Amino acid sequence: MAGLLYYSSRSGNTDRFVARLGRAALRIPVSPSEPMPEPPADYVLICPTYADGEGRGAVPKQVIRFLNDAGRRAGLRGVIGSGNRNFGKTYGLSADIIAAKCGIPLLYKFELAGTDTDIARVNDGLTAFWGSRCLTA
Amino acid sequence: MKDTINAPAVPRAINWNRLQDDKDLEVWNRLTVNFWLPEKVPLSNDVPSWATLTPEEQRLTIRVFTGLTLLDTIQNAVGAPAMMPDAQTPHEEAVLTNIAFMEAVHARSYSSIFSTLCSTREVDEAFRWSDENPHLQAKARAILGTYAPGADPLKRKVASVFLESFLFYSGFYLPMYWSSRAKLTNTADLIRLIIRDEAVHGYYIGYKFQRAMERETAERRQELKDYAFGLLFELYEIEGHYTEELYDDLGLTEEVKSFLHYNANKALQNLGFEALFPPEACEVNPAILAALSPDSENHDFFSGSGSSYVIGRAVATEDDDWDF
Repeated sequence: MAGLLYYSSRSGNTDRFVARLGRAALRIPVSPSEPMPEPPADYVLICPTYADGEGRGAVPKQVIRFLNDAGRRAGLRGVIGSGNRNFGKTYGLSADIIAAKCGIPLLYKFELAGTDTDIARVNDGLTAFWGSRCLTA
Repeated sequence: MKDTINAPAVPRAINWNRLQDDKDLEVWNRLTVNFWLPEKVPLSNDVPSWATLTPEEQRLTIRVFTGLTLLDTIQNAVGAPAMMPDAQTPHEEAVLTNIAFMEAVHARSYSSIFSTLCSTREVDEAFRWSDENPHLQAKARAILGTYAPGADPLKRKVASVFLESFLFYSGFYLPMYWSSRAKLTNTADLIRLIIRDEAVHGYYIGYKFQRAMERETAERRQELKDYAFGLLFELYEIEGHYTEELYDDLGLTEEVKSFLHYNANKALQNLGFEALFPPEACEVNPAILAALSPDSENHDFFSGSGSSYVIGRAVATEDDDWDF
């Protein structure tokens, strides 16, 4: 079963984006004391960026904790990044890092809570992405 | 007993190892790591480029920068200090002192640009212009009204996010425009440092606004939302006039307005609200977006229209917390 996972800090931008997508999605908890979700067999991760000016700390610690588990990481098929272009070259950097680290495609980037255009592109894109995977599987 | 009731609150030392809100430390760390001073940017390399601008383009650029200086001055001297008594944690107060100081650095930076590129007479003329321009003065007064003592703390945050995330952008547009045409590129590097700071400020103040909203009644939340959209309309109207006056001669007004719509939507998102302007009103010139985030290409693997995609092999990253 193909699915969606995401992380959103308490500022809630990614959470609002996912709510507007209207797809079932599991949230990686903000608090390290809460249990990690059990991911579906195949999934796409949506991840915001919190980098400093040098790009350090781009990937949220909880996302690193989640991906450090080989079993949970095995089903990751693609990543969507979010951020703010005002951060210049580190815009959406966490998704670049995760894509390179895990050898999976970077599918899309959007700013803050995304626009209606982003929602439409990601929804169409995810439908096509999983459709093409089923045909080739 | 009476004595203890009337006793003033115990002065408390700030303990950064006991946080009520993790976001305070996260943002403190971002802001302190990102600290910079204008001396770090080799502005004098822009002297030959400055000479290629027409006298009208030079005058426009100086005026735009005095307008930005005014907003930074307000946020430094009034805005950030006005929010300190509203802080919910001692750490929030400390973050606001950092914000206040960096606004002073920003305001100071424009004078560094002026002393490098312009004559004293031109700069004095532009500061006079900023004192007298009705649109610039109107937006400054609209914001200052919300910062007045006794004003609503949450409305103050709304105005502050609009200043940080919306009002600057009619000005930021111009150095991004010059940069996209390979002009004043060092100045643009400095402006990008300011833009980066303002993004953290707008994010943090908006975040604190959202936390405070959670504690309010439904009626009060609606009142604040109505206030936010009302203030945005008021500011947008002023920004429209300001933009026309500055950019009509260069024929850039419509392009700048798209940029304003795009940034107004981002300001609303920082406050946790939905966007106001539809996507077709927010189509920013791709050259300006590229000037904002120079090395970040447009990623759209889905439509195949983004930058070329190559499956990366697993690589070692900078982040030493990864253990695979």
